[in-house]
Parts: sequence; structure tokens; C-alpha cells
Amino acid sequence: MSSATRLHNNAIGWLLPALVIAGWEIASRAGVMPANVLPAPSAVAEAFWRLTLSGELIRNIGVSTARALAGFAVGGSIGFALGLANGLSTLSRGLTDTTLQMIRNIPHLALIPLVILWFGIDEEAKLFLVALGVFFPIYVNTLLGIQSVDPQLVEMGRVYGMDRRALFFRVILPGALPAIFVGLRYALGIMWLTLIVAETISASSGLGYMAMQAREFLLIDVVVLSILIYALLGKLADSLARLLERLSLGWHPAFQNG
Amino acid sequence: MTAASLTAARSFVATPVRPIGSVEGQRAFAFRHAGKRFGDKTVLDGIDLDVPAGQFLAVIGKSGCGKSTLLRLLAGLDRPTSGSLTFGVAEEGHSRTRFMFQEPRLLPWASVVKNVEVGLTGIASGAEARQRALDILGEVGLADRADEWPSVLSGGQKQRVALARALVGHPQILALDEPLGALDALTRIEMQQLLERIWIAQKFTAVLVTHDVAEAVALADRVVVISEGRIALDLDVPVERPRRRGSVELARLEGKILDRLFG
Repeated sequence: MSSATRLHNNAIGWLLPALVIAGWEIASRAGVMPANVLPAPSAVAEAFWRLTLSGELIRNIGVSTARALAGFAVGGSIGFALGLANGLSTLSRGLTDTTLQMIRNIPHLALIPLVILWFGIDEEAKLFLVALGVFFPIYVNTLLGIQSVDPQLVEMGRVYGMDRRALFFRVILPGALPAIFVGLRYALGIMWLTLIVAETISASSGLGYMAMQAREFLLIDVVVLSILIYALLGKLADSLARLLERLSLGWHPAFQNG
Repeated sequence: MTAASLTAARSFVATPVRPIGSVEGQRAFAFRHAGKRFGDKTVLDGIDLDVPAGQFLAVIGKSGCGKSTLLRLLAGLDRPTSGSLTFGVAEEGHSRTRFMFQEPRLLPWASVVKNVEVGLTGIASGAEARQRALDILGEVGLADRADEWPSVLSGGQKQRVALARALVGHPQILALDEPLGALDALTRIEMQQLLERIWIAQKFTAVLVTHDVAEAVALADRVVVISEGRIALDLDVPVERPRRRGSVELARLEGKILDRLFG
């Protein structure tokens, strides 16, 4: 597919959101949609401008993004390391997999009361929840990826004299990469979800906090703005993951014409 | 070039008999009373097989007769449970044996030339490896596909890349486990001719496991039939090269082998 058609397809994806916003604006102006239920997009844009000028919006986005990335880095690297270890060593898998599968079945957001008791409403609480939420998709998919590497290719590598290091970097890791990317994209979604919930319940800064504050003062335009920004940040993270995917999985038939 | 060397060169080309050169008289490998047992199931039993360097040996048998196990022993993928396997040049052996599988087994995430470079693991790297890989790709007729992904190649082309990967390190022994079995009839004949041509040029010892008797007599100097873990027939194919497919001589040998397999 040429870059022109790819651009074209990306543009098509934005058509529907644009139409929804246009319809919403018209409905608000016509008085069909009362402003205390849903403010007009123009009002939301005004709120956006106001909060940008005061610096409040940028600050809160910065705080939330830093939290999300820190939690992702911690949970993601532990999940990746354990996934590799358990994929490569039966001993390690025997030791830890059962425990991990048990913990996985607890919804991590159910731990919020406990986490507040442990950490209060400080940064550690959010970091812990995001890390825990991100951990499992990365762990499960890394493990799955390594286990699904074609054993015939591994045998071929051995026959051709690859040592363990070469076997890992040239056969096992590239073979596991498609599954690892699935885990990454899934983890990014969980990352935002967890952070929003955690910030809404207990925080003194960040996007979730901004939305809750606005609710107290009935600033419904700011509430809607926060929700829209979540949507955009989520989309941004997903696009970045897809770009990485396309760059590193160029060999995969699914990416050769997409 | 002098007249004498010209004549010599011409007679070299015209002689259908393969020049053995420096490896003449040497032994490539020998099995002595070799057996392989998995649990209480005996797969190979009392195999005695002496193969001179440079010979093209075909191993035939029904499925499950132990012919693939013989090849795995040769490549060092398994060890004999009884008897021995010795190589002509002691310190080389397994490391100079290359294996060509039934499937191409190319790394889908590596370009064609990078896949061929896998055959140089521990032998060469960097620019030298790339140059050697490109040279051998030229020999199998895929020089122009070097930087493509394996997924865009046809089945026959993939198997040619696998052949290039097996040969790029100049092995002394090439073990082939039904590598042409999955190809269509025409591609198969093309691949047989390519294999024969490269074998004549590179002077390695070839051990081809196949279930195709016609393929065996068309390519090999010697055909060994394995039945129930033992060598049931050891037959020379004294037909000059280039061989004509479907000739009376080949058909007679083919009949003899089939009789032994089903008689």
C-alpha cells in the first residue's frame, strides 16, 4: 500500500468522530441537548483554552503521563523479565507460574482499598496499581510468545551451531515478538484505565483529580474535556505501539501491505 | 593459455565421470555395528556402512524404517546407543556436516541473504559472510532475491535458499532429509539437477534420504535400502553422468530396488 493511500485510510478513521462532534454542536445550539447534561463542543473547546492558558491542563496531563509511564516501566519490565524466564526455563515456570496465575484472577482494582491503607493517596499507590495492571498482559503474552516459537526453527539453529545467546536473539526473541506486541497494546489500555480510576478515587493532582474537582464545582465542560483527553491519550499510546510494531515486524505477512 | 592446458580443460569438461581430486581414497564416515534404541524400541540395528569421501549416497526405505534416524545420527542430532560412528577427518566430523530438512525452516524475520548467513555461524561474519552468502545465492539462481523476506518466495525457491544455507559453509558432508518431498514434480526435477550440479562443483559427500526410488537412482552413486532397522540392499549405480531420466539402465535398477522393498 502506498503512503498516500495509508494517509487516506487514516483520514477516514477520523471522519466519524468529526461527524459526531458536528452533530453534537448542532444539537446543543438547537437546544435539544441541555448544557447541564452535555455542554456544546464549543464550550468544551473554551474550557480547553481557559485551562491551557492557566497552565492547569498541561500540568495535570504531565502529572498523569509521568505516573502512567512510571507504572508501565516498572510493571512492564517485571512482566517481561518473568515472561522470558518462565518461557525459557521450566524450573522457573514450575516455581512461579501457579502463583502468578492465582494473583492474575484477582481484579487489580479490587485492591484499591488495601492500597489506600498501605500507601495513602501518595504517588506509590498509583504506581503500584498501574504496575500491577500492566504486569499481567505483558507477562502472559511474553510467555505465550516464547512458548509458541516454532521448535523446528530452534532445532535448525542448534544444528547450524548457534550458541544459546545467538539462539535467543536470532530465533526465540524475534519469534515471540508478535505476541509481545499484542501484550504491549493491551497493557497500554489497562495502564490508562487503572490510572483514571486511581486518580478519580484518590489523588491531589492529575487528570482524574481535575475531573473530580470540576464535578464538585459543576464545571461539566471540564469533566467532558478530561474524558476527551483520556480518549486522545489512549489513541496516541496505541498509535505509538502500532508504529513500533510496523517498524519491527516488517517481515510479517500481516504488515507487508498494511 | 597453452594448447596443452586447453586440451586438458576441454577433456575435464567433457568427462562425465566426476573428478574426485584431493579427497580421493579418503573415507567420509563409517558406521560400525551401529544401533539406535528409543526405550525398548529398536530403530536401527547392526548398521555397517562405509562411505568414501565425495560419494553421493541415497538411503531408501518405507516410512518408519529408521532412515531418518540414520541421518540424525550422522548430523549429531542423536547418538548411537550401540556400535560407533567415525569420521574420516577426526577433528572435523559433526561440525562439518550440514543438515537440510524436509521443510525449508527459514527464519521468517531475516532476509534471504541473512538466512543463508546462518550457515556461516561460527565460520564467518560481517561483510565476508554477506559476500559468501551472496555468491552461493548466485549459484542457486536467487542472487536478485537476496534482500527479500522468505514469505514472498515460492516453495521451490525457499528450498533453494535452504540448500544455499547448507552449502555456504562448504560442508564435507551434506545430509538431506527428503528435502524435495514437498515440491511439485517439475520443481523437483529442477532441484535435483541443481543439487547434482552443485555436488559436482563442490565435491562434498551427499547422503540423501528419500522415498522416491527414481530420484535415488537418478542422483546417487550408491543406493542403500533400509528395512526394519537393517541394511537390506547396498547397490552401486554405475551409470555415467549426465544421466538421462527414464533410461533403460536406470529403470532396471529402479525395478531391482522396488523388488527388494516389496518382494
